[in-house]
Amino acid sequence: MPNNVDTPTEEALVPVHVDHLLLDGELAAENAWCVSYDAVNLPEQRPAFVPLTLWQANKQDEELAPLLLSDTELNAELAAELNPLPAVAIDFPSFTDGRGYSIARLLRERFEYAGEVRAVGDVLVDQLDYMRRCGFNAMALRDDQHPEDALRLLNSFSVRYQTDVEERQALFERRLATSE
Amino acid sequence: MYRYDIHDQTLVDERVAQFRDQMDRYLAGRLGEEEFRPLRLQNGLYIQRHAPMLRIAIPYGMLASYQLRSLADITRRYDRGYGHFTTRQNLQLNWPAQEDVPDILAELAKVQMHAIQTSGNCIRNTTSDQFAGIANDEVEDPRPWCELIRQWSTLHPEFAYLPRKFKIAVTGAAKDRAAIQVHDIGLRLWRNEEGELRIKVLAGGGLGRTPMIAEVVREDLPWQHLLTYLEACVRVYNQFGRRDNKFKARIKILVKALGIEEYRRRVDEEWAHLKDGPQTLNQAAVDAAKRHFPEPERRPVAESAIADFERLRTENRSFARFVTNNVTDHKVPGYKAVTLSLKRREHAPGDVTADQMDAVADLADRYSFSELRVTHEQNLVLSDVPVDEIETLWNELEALGMANPTVGTLNDIICCPGGDYCSLANAVSIPIAQALQERFEDLDFLYDLGPLDLNISGCMNACGHHHVGHIGILGVDKKGEEFYQISIGGNSTDDVSLGKILGPSFFRQDVPEVVEKVLQVYVAERHEDEHFLDTYRRIGLKPFKERVYAK
Repeated sequence: MPNNVDTPTEEALVPVHVDHLLLDGELAAENAWCVSYDAVNLPEQRPAFVPLTLWQANKQDEELAPLLLSDTELNAELAAELNPLPAVAIDFPSFTDGRGYSIARLLRERFEYAGEVRAVGDVLVDQLDYMRRCGFNAMALRDDQHPEDALRLLNSFSVRYQTDVEERQALFERRLATSE
Repeated sequence: MYRYDIHDQTLVDERVAQFRDQMDRYLAGRLGEEEFRPLRLQNGLYIQRHAPMLRIAIPYGMLASYQLRSLADITRRYDRGYGHFTTRQNLQLNWPAQEDVPDILAELAKVQMHAIQTSGNCIRNTTSDQFAGIANDEVEDPRPWCELIRQWSTLHPEFAYLPRKFKIAVTGAAKDRAAIQVHDIGLRLWRNEEGELRIKVLAGGGLGRTPMIAEVVREDLPWQHLLTYLEACVRVYNQFGRRDNKFKARIKILVKALGIEEYRRRVDEEWAHLKDGPQTLNQAAVDAAKRHFPEPERRPVAESAIADFERLRTENRSFARFVTNNVTDHKVPGYKAVTLSLKRREHAPGDVTADQMDAVADLADRYSFSELRVTHEQNLVLSDVPVDEIETLWNELEALGMANPTVGTLNDIICCPGGDYCSLANAVSIPIAQALQERFEDLDFLYDLGPLDLNISGCMNACGHHHVGHIGILGVDKKGEEFYQISIGGNSTDDVSLGKILGPSFFRQDVPEVVEKVLQVYVAERHEDEHFLDTYRRIGLKPFKERVYAK
């Protein structure tokens, strides 16, 4: 099924580094990591998130971490490979591509991944609340995004109906508990 | 009906604050057009041909009189004093100022309403049977289930950026009045031989550019698993639905491409992990939802009153016509549901003025426990009217111009706003509806034709559901000129079918003539009491085609 929305151009293969990183609800002092989309060549810049297969071929390099593209099919085998790692990045090729939310939830909820899950790519401040709920604890903001907006919007809601990575009881259950 | 508690209220209030912040940033130039687009759409705000359009959710069609009064007030203060009821149980405002929308949403929140997810590539307003809870063919009242789905789907963190829009419809009756087979997900509540509630889950139906009838994913889902199963269905779609081509992005394309077996396999594989998880429903949660939909305290209606009502039907021809067409049987003897027709030539189908809204709210207070329903045929329903009050209600409706005794007839046209308002439209649709209503206004003729759904869409997005009209009309654009394609044989109920196109499209002014020819063929060919759809299914497209294109 043709589902790779973006075909990489040469420009897209230059490692991307953004300044503003939200980490565990706060603005990180610095963002050391860049993101490289080149699936063949290792970037010179380090540390770097690189496409999964490239990372798999260079696992001994501790300055590399895997970048999961949005069409990644996460299964138990891959999750076992990722589980010991301190950080994994999930790509948003476009902010309208919602596959990354499912990948993050699966990583956290099904495979109990405990390290950093970082949103990279087209990461906008208005997506942060949903990202957080799906298990992202790190968001590398697109360069034009305002970090003060990000901090304000990270927790836009005090109520949620569903269960998610943070909340394991649906509102219908919590309502029953308080009405007893 | 459902009343918000502190949680629901806080959520809609915080949603208003969030959107106000987004609108402020947009107006200040800090949020780009493209970035703002999905945010405004998921708050119901479209940028339209002449002005923005705001689509307000009426969850599963339930509306309280105080809410309708507030809508009337909003249309006066922020719009031009009228609103448009759509085929998906929403109300659209055609002329709000963009910068007023946060204020409008704040007004809506005060009366427990919102515009959340009425547009955009997310799970939309869940729709249902307008006779839910009162239909005498009902197995299970779908409204508590719709409410549980509404809550599950509202601000779902994982499903706000789906490949495309996603619509869910639910029925709990023997007869499907919610068109579940032409929704992304259709749910039918039923009971097995042991009397246990089960849910039949359909997926992959839809109209639009590539109309398709849904296929069965699961026949007999135990109700406890409704939300986890839906989550699995949508997650598979979110991950595998096409994102490279918006015209191929609906779940129907995915189901078709994978085949229903493979889609089901993936859903079941996903569900195996979610089943019995934290969103599994229990009896207490369902009972809590059901307590929001109690039986109203209906007074007893005497046998003699029922007899009087029946006698009046035989004595007064006008009244009889109204009752036959606009009054529906109720599960409680002595009560009826009354459909208020929003189909008059002077107004676009589904349009209601603010004054009418206020008047209807008063009628709901006086005749039907302060509640009403919005139908996918773009009418309103007072669901609990005692038979000894129907005559006075009818007189009041006559005065309001809402007693057109034509519900279910050719005149009860379903119609999108079309090119007069919508920037997607290829052609106008309202003037077509009006021309047809003008041509076919003779009641005896309409009744002689029997039940006939005529649906009009101004473009292939099919908001007017033309594919499932017995007669469907689609506006098409050919080199800047408006043409109309006519199809026949569509149907949205249990024996669902998609209409077949007659042939080359027609000039706008010829549409009434062509429809008349189609009707002539039906009248000539029908067996006694045979409905249009049955005649068509018996004789096929050919006789219609020959008549319409005869030289």
